[in-house]
Amino acid sequence: MAAAGPSWRRRGEEGLRTRRLTPILLLLGVAALIAAPLGRTDYVIYVLSSWLTFSIAAMGLNLTLGYAGQISLAQASFMGIGAYTTALMTLAGVPWLIAAPAGVALCFVVGLALGFPALRVQGHFLAFVTLAFNTLFFLVARNEEWLTGGSYGLSNLPRPAFWAFDTARNLPFYYFTLIVFLASAALMWGVVRSPWGRAFRGLRENPIRAESLGVDTRRITLLAFAIGSAYGGLAGALISPLVQYIEPSSFAFSQSLRVLLMVVVGGAGLFLGPILGAAVVILLPEFLRFTEGYYLMIYAAAVIALMVYCPTGLIGVGRRLSDRFSPKREARADMKLGARS
Amino acid sequence: MNRSRFLAASALAAALSLNVAVASAADTVNIPCVCELSGAGAVAGTNFHDGAHMAIDEINAAGGILGKKIEMADMDTQTDPMTSRGLIQKAIDSGAYAIMGTIYSGSTIVNMMVAEKAGVPQFTGAEAPNITEKHNPFIFRTSSGAEKGVPALTSYFKDQLKAGKIAISWVNNDFGKGGHDVFLAQMKKAGIEVAADVPSEQGQADFSADVSKIKQSGAQAVFVYLNEEEGARFLKEARKQGLTAPLVGEVTLTGQKVIDLAGGAAEGAIAHVGLATSAPVPSIEDFVTKFKKRYGRDTDHNGIKGYIGVYAIKYATELNGKFDRKALADKLHGLTLDAAKYPNMLLTTSWDANGELSRESFITEVKDGKQVVTGTVPAN
Amino acid sequence: MAQFLQVLLSGLSTGAIYALAAIGFTLVWQAARTVNFAQGEFVMLPAFFVLIGVHWLHMPRWLALVFGLIVAVVVLGLLFKKVVVEPMLPNGGLPLIIATMALSILLKEGAKQFYGAEAQPFPSLFPQTTLHVEGAVVSVQDLMNLIVSLAVVVGLTLFLNRTRTGRRMQATAQNPRVAEILGVNTRRMVLYAFLVNAALAALASFLISPIYLAKFSNGETLGLVAFIAAIVGGFNQIRGALAGGLLIGVLDNLTATYVTTEYRAALPLVLLIAIILWRPQGLLGVDEGRKV
Repeated sequence: MAAAGPSWRRRGEEGLRTRRLTPILLLLGVAALIAAPLGRTDYVIYVLSSWLTFSIAAMGLNLTLGYAGQISLAQASFMGIGAYTTALMTLAGVPWLIAAPAGVALCFVVGLALGFPALRVQGHFLAFVTLAFNTLFFLVARNEEWLTGGSYGLSNLPRPAFWAFDTARNLPFYYFTLIVFLASAALMWGVVRSPWGRAFRGLRENPIRAESLGVDTRRITLLAFAIGSAYGGLAGALISPLVQYIEPSSFAFSQSLRVLLMVVVGGAGLFLGPILGAAVVILLPEFLRFTEGYYLMIYAAAVIALMVYCPTGLIGVGRRLSDRFSPKREARADMKLGARS
Repeated sequence: MNRSRFLAASALAAALSLNVAVASAADTVNIPCVCELSGAGAVAGTNFHDGAHMAIDEINAAGGILGKKIEMADMDTQTDPMTSRGLIQKAIDSGAYAIMGTIYSGSTIVNMMVAEKAGVPQFTGAEAPNITEKHNPFIFRTSSGAEKGVPALTSYFKDQLKAGKIAISWVNNDFGKGGHDVFLAQMKKAGIEVAADVPSEQGQADFSADVSKIKQSGAQAVFVYLNEEEGARFLKEARKQGLTAPLVGEVTLTGQKVIDLAGGAAEGAIAHVGLATSAPVPSIEDFVTKFKKRYGRDTDHNGIKGYIGVYAIKYATELNGKFDRKALADKLHGLTLDAAKYPNMLLTTSWDANGELSRESFITEVKDGKQVVTGTVPAN
Repeated sequence: MAQFLQVLLSGLSTGAIYALAAIGFTLVWQAARTVNFAQGEFVMLPAFFVLIGVHWLHMPRWLALVFGLIVAVVVLGLLFKKVVVEPMLPNGGLPLIIATMALSILLKEGAKQFYGAEAQPFPSLFPQTTLHVEGAVVSVQDLMNLIVSLAVVVGLTLFLNRTRTGRRMQATAQNPRVAEILGVNTRRMVLYAFLVNAALAALASFLISPIYLAKFSNGETLGLVAFIAAIVGGFNQIRGALAGGLLIGVLDNLTATYVTTEYRAALPLVLLIAIILWRPQGLLGVDEGRKV
């Protein structure tokens, strides 16, 4: 009886079958990403770089939200911290390879500091704390002109140059972004597959059971949040050289909601969800541009429809479609959902 | 897992099919409009866009520029600086000869770097001072920046209002900050004390605290540097709390929109206006009538900016006799287009080496619910 | 002293509007465990219905107001529940939050596209006369905002506690399954909650638009402040929303006048954090205890 048996064993069997296909698909995916910008206009390359950058931020939020089940509304402010740190340091002559990790480390520390008191209190309070933090960050960035340039922002941010490889043009910069993206995705894969990752998922699915099994819920959640925030910082560190100008409203609360949208639309708690979600949120408006003023409405209506019919996001839609065509064994009903809240 | 991979790969494939419009045919000249058609800047952007299109239709009907008709693609930046940057790039990729837009200073400061790098002249409606402080040889204004407009008010405050203490109410974004900083510098030079410095948020609705602070400060006049709606709300609150000091603004305070929104509270408001749709100048009156006939509504200074920007491109290109972007930029630096010879510029206009625009301007006041020009300020 | 009184009274007036929006928020939360991210737009939109009545359908003002109210209740109450909330309830909280976020964008852009991007003047319900109180200026509008909010809170509390329908609504909110077993038509009770929320939002809209002017972007800040007011005051008590709204309105003005204008937007959030850490159930909320 193939249908019987605990879910983890079934997943393992499924994993064995797909294990041979996965590296091939992985290679194809990477090849597609490498080939993507070739022969394209500067604008398309710029949009693709933007997509990869936001995918990194969305991946981080996915760890916090999709895997550890905590709502963070501050991802944009962590992007801001990474962006401003990188900008200020590179403007002072510090190479990007030192400035960016500094920004990332700062975000990790701030994430720990922010999460620690918030997670002591029950419920969705991390959401509120992150909401407050994001707004405060925006206000500080706008008001403290001596540090951040205030409303005028910081401009003429340099693009990094690595020995012979200068990223001043859009195409080399895309490959630079791609390398950072692949590295961070690989790292995320490692985190998710590690014992930590499994603890995150246990936490998301049933926090009380996890606690009874000895998982230190607070520490694990804090870690997930800090790592997720650090990813936001990395995305910010890429935005500074990409746009070569930063100002406070790019990192306001509404942008945090945008990243949240990417994660949920793509499929929270699923590895490729945020990448797909970022593609939708960034690229879909391009396709809809012909509808002029109406495209935001069409877009919003599509999101509502998606949430109504398939709350697990677009990857959930994909799964449903392929289930239709090749029905597999019945999975346990309570394992179907990506993220619970 | 493999299903997700497949889905991601197909999404990527769909993304790769993004197409960009190919450059226009050889007998047209491509001048895209990259402007704010949605978001916070929708009103300004739409007026700019409409003014520009009206100019293009007139020019094309008269044979175009050097025999070539103008084609203008519309690109909506959604008032988002990053989107605007991308769209400027897209416009350049499509072979733009010159670019019209953007209007918001926050967007322009970002996207003008891209146009500069590509050597494409850009005609912006933005007014923040820092735009012409970057030594960008390809940026040109279509209206004076705050650093030209605000000083015109200094003599008004000092000599006409004889104010020794002034308060400033300003919107805390790059537009408001630009005006605020210039104003403070001017007041310092003139030896006038700033009794209250009151920033407010964009979209703020409750001005009771702001007006109250200004009242308490004993200011003899108030410099109001807000957007239209906030300006109207401020005027209403000032009227309600009985703030008697003269309220003097720049650009927007006496606009028709503000008068409509503030009603009776707008009475007596004064503003220095670079472009007044109510100016008793025949060329401007004609423009306003034409616009109303075509679009069925009144416009504001942004409509004028879009209109004269396109004509500036036409006139300067014809003076060059060829379509050369660098030559266009070079020609405009230090150029003065006399309104008598170049009537569709509406007023005699000059540009300096930084792209800053100089033109005669007006002091206006709201009398009996209408904007009335009470004085002119020569070009500086 | 006059200045203090001035900003205090203006703050109470603005706070009363926040309170109306927050009350509806609380109701919907209690009834359907839904956080309505589009609440701000719910307060923005009815004014446009009225404007459509006046300018497109040429109705007299009083009729347009009634028309606006009815359309608001139908669209923002009935349709919202049936089309958005009901299909999504079994799916859990986060998708619903995202759906309401998308809804707020839809409503905002819809108002902009179909009516216009510019702010529109909105007729005031009350005469523009002002009263002078100890050197401070108060308008009739200010007073009425306050009175209306108080009346709504009192009326709603009486309704919920003293009428059968009200008590059924409370039962549904507290424990829907048991209520259903006991014979309460829970679906209808939830519907009532949404209808009341829409009516309250319309009322807030009519009171606020003369000052704020009808503009498609009005909902942005309003929604967030209403949300914070509801939490600060106490998410499970109607009068908590009133307390929260008034508190934020007054403190915002006081902060702007006496402390800092650049950071005034931070105040509601600082309050939020303080309340969560010190008294998570809100100022007037009732401690619900930990649910296992």
